[in-house]
Amino acid sequence: MSQFDLSKLPQGRKGFMHDWGSDQRAFKGVPWGKAMMWIFLLSDTFIFSCFLISLMTARASTTVEWPYPSEVFGLTVFGTSVPLLLIAIMTFVLITSSGTMAIAVKYGYEKNRKLCGWFLLATAIGGLTFVGMQAFEWSKLIFHDGVRPWGNPFGAEQFGAFFFMITGFHGTHVSIGVIFLFIFSRKVFRGDFDTGRRGYFTSMKSDYEAIEILGLYWHFVDLVWVFIFAFFYLW
Amino acid sequence: METDKKQEVHTHKIGVYLWIWGLLFVFSFFSYMVDYINYQGLLRWSLIIFFMLVKAGLIMAIFMHLYWERWAIVNVLLWPMTAIGVFVAIMVSESQYTFFTRMFYFVVGS
Repeated sequence: MSQFDLSKLPQGRKGFMHDWGSDQRAFKGVPWGKAMMWIFLLSDTFIFSCFLISLMTARASTTVEWPYPSEVFGLTVFGTSVPLLLIAIMTFVLITSSGTMAIAVKYGYEKNRKLCGWFLLATAIGGLTFVGMQAFEWSKLIFHDGVRPWGNPFGAEQFGAFFFMITGFHGTHVSIGVIFLFIFSRKVFRGDFDTGRRGYFTSMKSDYEAIEILGLYWHFVDLVWVFIFAFFYLW
Repeated sequence: METDKKQEVHTHKIGVYLWIWGLLFVFSFFSYMVDYINYQGLLRWSLIIFFMLVKAGLIMAIFMHLYWERWAIVNVLLWPMTAIGVFVAIMVSESQYTFFTRMFYFVVGS
């Protein structure tokens, strides 16, 4: 595949026509794993969109007052109530882990084994912190406020169902990402991508581009949170 | 395959990521302030959507490297999003109709 010298191919709009009109392979210079991850993320985008669009539909069509998230998710710190405090901290934690992931990808491509591994580990710990805070948030809402999928003390009954479904599905994504981040930081530290050691499940050799593919997933999780933060918590 | 991979490698200075990281922090802080200052109505909604789109754009373009990808894959990823926009428009009108019928029958039908 060395015939793809990307710098010699047409760029931009002409490149689009060229790549799609060419033989064998449309995504030139994109490893298949990365293309598949992008297509998976595209399908995941549609799932999360369906959740958020149904939230919009329920909220816009109910005649009952929708619970005001700013107060529902407010925390009382030293006697003063701060709106959305925990959610804001969770947002910053997730953005930080996204930043460390981007740097891990960079060091991966530079074949800097140790720094790549440490930044992956930092990303995993950031994700774990996020899930931990989400568990705290859920338990506060369930045990303290009595929010249930079929009702809550604040207002429209659909609120609980949407909250558990949307944040739960996102939290599942984060948890799966954390598991893979720990696995891959171990693989990086062990030098799997330098020695060409075969994977346990796939029996295939891998490369540091696997870190970028994992990074795409992790950034996507952060991306989804941006939309959940805007539409569920702030709106 | 091996030669191919060597050509693909493009790393950027770490400063690029730190800048975007900082910007994401700033924009998240701004969108949090929208709630903290308690803006309401059209101002609140437009600010929320603006900060959301800026953050999403930065993450996709820089962190996910879409800015440096070829148009062949960028177009495949972004055009399907228009379907979501159409779906949103459909459901907005649907939910307005549902709200109208509910108000109508809850009041008139009772």
